[in-house]
Amino acid sequence: MAKVTFLTDVCKGCGLCVNACPRGLIVLEKEKINKKGHSPAGITDESKCIGCACCAMMCPDCVITVEK
Amino acid sequence: MAVVFSKPKALTDAPLHYCPGCTHGIIHRLVAEAIDDLDILGKTVGVAPVGCAVMAYDYFSCDMVEAAHGRAPAVATGLKRAMPDRIIFTYQGDGDLASIGMAETVHAATRNENITVIFVNNAIYGMTGGQMAPTSLPGQVTQTSPYGRDVKTVGYPIKVCELLSGLDAPYYIERVAVNSVKNVTRAKKAIRRAFENQIEGKGFSLIEVISSCPTNWGMTPQKALDWVESDMIPYYPLGVYRDKSAKEAE
Amino acid sequence: MAKVLMKGNEAIAEAAIRSGCRHYFGYPITPQTEIAAYMAKRMPKIGGTFLQAESEISAINMVYGVSSAGLRVMTSSSSPGVSLKQEGISYLAGCDLPALIVNVQRGGPGLGGIQPSQSDYFQATKGGGHGDYRLIVLAPASVQEMADLTAKAFDLADKYRMPAMLLADGTIGQMMEPVELPEDMRTAVYEKPWAVTGTQGKREHNIVNSLYLVPEQLEKKNIERYERYRLYEQNEVMVEEYMTEDADVCVVAFGIAARVSKNAITAARAKGIKAGLIRPITLYPFPKEAIRKAAGHVKGFVSVELSMGQMIDDIRLAEGCAKPVTLCNRVGGMIPSPDEVLKAIEKMEGGEF
Repeated sequence: MAKVTFLTDVCKGCGLCVNACPRGLIVLEKEKINKKGHSPAGITDESKCIGCACCAMMCPDCVITVEK
Repeated sequence: MAVVFSKPKALTDAPLHYCPGCTHGIIHRLVAEAIDDLDILGKTVGVAPVGCAVMAYDYFSCDMVEAAHGRAPAVATGLKRAMPDRIIFTYQGDGDLASIGMAETVHAATRNENITVIFVNNAIYGMTGGQMAPTSLPGQVTQTSPYGRDVKTVGYPIKVCELLSGLDAPYYIERVAVNSVKNVTRAKKAIRRAFENQIEGKGFSLIEVISSCPTNWGMTPQKALDWVESDMIPYYPLGVYRDKSAKEAE
Repeated sequence: MAKVLMKGNEAIAEAAIRSGCRHYFGYPITPQTEIAAYMAKRMPKIGGTFLQAESEISAINMVYGVSSAGLRVMTSSSSPGVSLKQEGISYLAGCDLPALIVNVQRGGPGLGGIQPSQSDYFQATKGGGHGDYRLIVLAPASVQEMADLTAKAFDLADKYRMPAMLLADGTIGQMMEPVELPEDMRTAVYEKPWAVTGTQGKREHNIVNSLYLVPEQLEKKNIERYERYRLYEQNEVMVEEYMTEDADVCVVAFGIAARVSKNAITAARAKGIKAGLIRPITLYPFPKEAIRKAAGHVKGFVSVELSMGQMIDDIRLAEGCAKPVTLCNRVGGMIPSPDEVLKAIEKMEGGEF
């Protein structure tokens, strides 16, 4: 069980984290629009997260904090 | 719960101006992580280039100098000679380092200047809107090579690591990429190594990082990373090109 | 204090060391290479840096690096090399960094020649590189002044946060004269809280930078910089006046041209012509007040220059075109003879202009 926090308003919606997640848990939340005008990244089911931080490693904008 | 991953202290809170999916952000973070890990933030001075990373001086929380286009290794030389006990790094793109600043690069390398050079190669001039770079691939379409880079008229891309490893002096030269988790992990190690070398007084370390430019390549961020894998890396093989520590160990 | 016999170029180098400069970067070019050679010998013995850079461009950017760290630093070159340095000089000015640039001028344009010249006057006094900026410009006329003005240049550069240029010429560079050099030529120590010496975790990061993408900010920076320039202009004019009080003809000349002119003035006085000399020591700021004052009583001015006539524009501006100004010049490495200057004085005295 891990905790993944997104600085939603810093996210540029590039989606690199989406492809990086080995479990396919991250999505761009199409229904949301952040301050920059992007659909930000978010996690679908945090309970399945293994806390590998692959998403954070591929994020160019330090949007993601991972705790385990 | 312990923090597994968060923003390094060597980065300021300023939001990066880079385009969505531009891997400059990842490379900035890797440099900052190395500075944090080695606990050298208070004695590090960075030199920013001209190009997309021109505003790196706002992003790193160490002291920073903005250099003229291509001159970062000369500026870093001045800084290091003035303050041998400080850690000096440059952060430069391909136009900056391999075109207009080639003389500064080669000569800092051949002096084995005790500095760390982070060389970001994305095969294009990003800041000015996508012109051909010294590292643009043969056939690559850019604003100033609209029919593809014609090697017969404009020559071949410059392979910086290969070129510099022809010199006797430089201590450490490695090429890495940031297109996958695996490669980011490797890049992180290389960058850290380049700073360690300087701390130990070993001399010139250059890490070439193959980066992406989704905007000017005209690709989605993920497609751009795929192109790094399929086209860039075969032309610019990853690996260690110079490691004098191996010789020292003998 | 004992006097020693030194070449002008060597006097610059030794004075720089005695002014606390421990970093020198340069690239060989005639006729100033003695400065580099002197530094190459001395710097390693006193824990300083002498580095022969790969180009003039690199040399000035190494200067930029050391200055960013808050230390005294210099480079030297001659005309074609100084053209190459202009990019870096503009950046130094744009970042408000002090530094000393020595130009031992030779004839131009292009590769020109290797003989003395003063044809970089415009380049030195009007900016030289891109953008709005000025340099501290000092013009030595003797080997002693090569030394004294080097120390002065470091001082002014630190005080006003401006790059300083010592605008010499090949003659004075190569000339040998006795000089007096105090052990310590520093006059003051200037705090440099802006320097990038590492935050040590005790302050916010310092940034040395000349990029301002917001036009309002860049405008403000430029205006602030020019306010500092105004202070410099008000406080730091240096000029030598020689027999100007009763002069009917006023020669204006700097550097080697001023030395020649003094001989001509002596000759003119012997002939009963009241000639005098205004010798600008600071070329920027130009000694406008001395010129304006002289304009009140002279028939006219003779600008003696080793150029096609550059300083003459500043003389005309200073005296508001109230009196005639003629040009007595030689170029291409030639120096006007005292006779030529005397003839120009006589012409002016006779109302021929």
